[in-house]
Amino acid sequence: MKDFKVMGQSKDFWSGVIFLATGLGFVGFGRDYPMGTAMSMGPAYFPTVLGGLLALIGLILIVRALLRPGPAVGSLALGKLGLVTASNVLFALLLRRLGLVGALMLLVVVSAYASARFRWSVALTLAVGLAVGSSIIFVWLLSLPIPILGTWLGG
Amino acid sequence: MEIFAGLSLGFHTALTPFNLLYCLIGVFIGTLIGVLPGLGPAATVAMLMPASFVLPPVSALIMLAGIYYGAQYGGSTTSILVNLPGEASSIVTTIDGYQMALQGRAGVALATAAIGSFFAGTVCTVIIALFAPPLAKVALKFGAPEYFSLMLLGLVASVVLARGSLLKAIGMIVLGLLLGLIGTDVNSGARRYTFGVKELMDGIGFVTVAMGMFGLGEIVLNLEREGTAERVVKKITSLMPTREDWRRMVAPIIRGTALGSFLGILPGGGALLASFAAYSVEKKVSKHSAEFGKGAIEGVAAPESANNAGAQASFIPMLTLGIPTSPVMALMIGAMVIQGVQPGPSVMTDQPALFWGVIASMWVGNLMLLVLNLPMIGIWVRLCMVPYHLLYPAILVFCAIGVFSLSNSEFDVHLMALFGVLGYIFGKLECEPAPMLLAMILGPMMEEHLRRAMLLSRGDPTIFLRRPISFGILLAAVIALAAALLPAIRAKREEAFKE
Repeated sequence: MKDFKVMGQSKDFWSGVIFLATGLGFVGFGRDYPMGTAMSMGPAYFPTVLGGLLALIGLILIVRALLRPGPAVGSLALGKLGLVTASNVLFALLLRRLGLVGALMLLVVVSAYASARFRWSVALTLAVGLAVGSSIIFVWLLSLPIPILGTWLGG
Repeated sequence: MEIFAGLSLGFHTALTPFNLLYCLIGVFIGTLIGVLPGLGPAATVAMLMPASFVLPPVSALIMLAGIYYGAQYGGSTTSILVNLPGEASSIVTTIDGYQMALQGRAGVALATAAIGSFFAGTVCTVIIALFAPPLAKVALKFGAPEYFSLMLLGLVASVVLARGSLLKAIGMIVLGLLLGLIGTDVNSGARRYTFGVKELMDGIGFVTVAMGMFGLGEIVLNLEREGTAERVVKKITSLMPTREDWRRMVAPIIRGTALGSFLGILPGGGALLASFAAYSVEKKVSKHSAEFGKGAIEGVAAPESANNAGAQASFIPMLTLGIPTSPVMALMIGAMVIQGVQPGPSVMTDQPALFWGVIASMWVGNLMLLVLNLPMIGIWVRLCMVPYHLLYPAILVFCAIGVFSLSNSEFDVHLMALFGVLGYIFGKLECEPAPMLLAMILGPMMEEHLRRAMLLSRGDPTIFLRRPISFGILLAAVIALAAALLPAIRAKREEAFKE
């Protein structure tokens, strides 16, 4: 797995960018709702004030980081991040179709692949064990409404 | 005597077989996750919350509370035996605890940690019983301006006590407040920032966010640093401290307990800060300060008492004011709300069995922990050897099923994945997620109180300064923030967070 090198800017710079963009986003989309007055605040009042404040904080962080650069972000483990995220998204997409056992085994194997110590035999054993255990605990004991076998498997 | 009546009701509640069982389950799971590195109490409480909904409110809270203070016990075990803190609040214990283990005094170190924790737990239970009722009585007189100021103080304190850059911590707070506002506005019925997604109408669930940031995000951060430390467990010999050990541990345990109880009440304080502060205080005042870092028993006794005291004291503002001081407390408040209990000062009068039951269960739980920890130490040690590459897929399974079952919705799982990515990014940027989560819970409450206060004053913001209690609270917030900005204290603050 390759790690992704992030451009030379500092941690503060990128924090500032995120804050600035989010703050402006809240102010911008807040324009769709009534502002009201200080005495009788509309739905846009509080988010607009806070969004402005967040954007300001972001701006200060950016300017400060450009004047006096701090430690850089370094590399991002995009591969590992992608696998862990994908395993959850797959689980959500397939839970009703494959059922708990299938979706869960996929979740375990895909996420386990992110580890440097991944071995197929270990991951598959773990997947089977967790699938059986979770079916017993969550579906049988706690009777959560989750299908053990999904629609694709005739469940 | 109201307190005795209360405590007696509390013990009646806590000692029913059903509640005893859930207290035991709570402290057992707490110890377990305390022992397992890479799994913290916030993620665990979030994961178990859906399962706790089937319980009555008292049992659910007793169990969730047990997880939190149980984790403080378990965290010390790995710090001492393997030089790996199971919990962030046990980081300082590794310094002298592991040194003691290297000198063949692992058993004594473990016993010291357990004795200190038990003492702190007992004292804290009494402190909560003494101070929570009068505080709740004062709080019953609070109006909207007081509540707004109080929440502002809470957020300021969590900024001051957060690690790293102040400005970034403030940014995370504001971001959290904004995220909390997503969803239907209770006043006007307007759907804010939902972009037509019907799952967002009720807002973003903080359990989802907590699992994403503390579960998924942490896992990726841990995987990045994977596979360096080889774990060698030190042999445990005698558990019994010598006469000299006893003499040396008494004062540090008392000081640690006092410091932890005080810092735990402060928002953002809690167990982590308490342990760091107690260690540095002890290092300054101890006659044996030269031994620190080389296996001084004070270096184990003080922080381990302090983190347990801090964990328990943070229940005071949660139970009396309904204000969370840490993400775990925020989750507890969420659990209360879902259980139909309105958090705040009225809990004590409306639900005395719940209020006193949870307090009494803490002492019972601490006793269980003492029994659970010392004789069973061998089992816990073997558990902390579970390699991370087997552990984290299991955590992911619990997170995914837990989040899905909140409202049987795939959307929540996707949302958790998204916050996992954000959690990782914020981790890389050294932006702390804990203040953000706190603010997310407080966001809608603060807006509501702000609106009421401004309506009351006909749009005049000076109402916050004209009401004496509100003014006092705001003054405290200003002093806290100013103090954090003073260069001298700033240097101290950075020093305290070092290592």
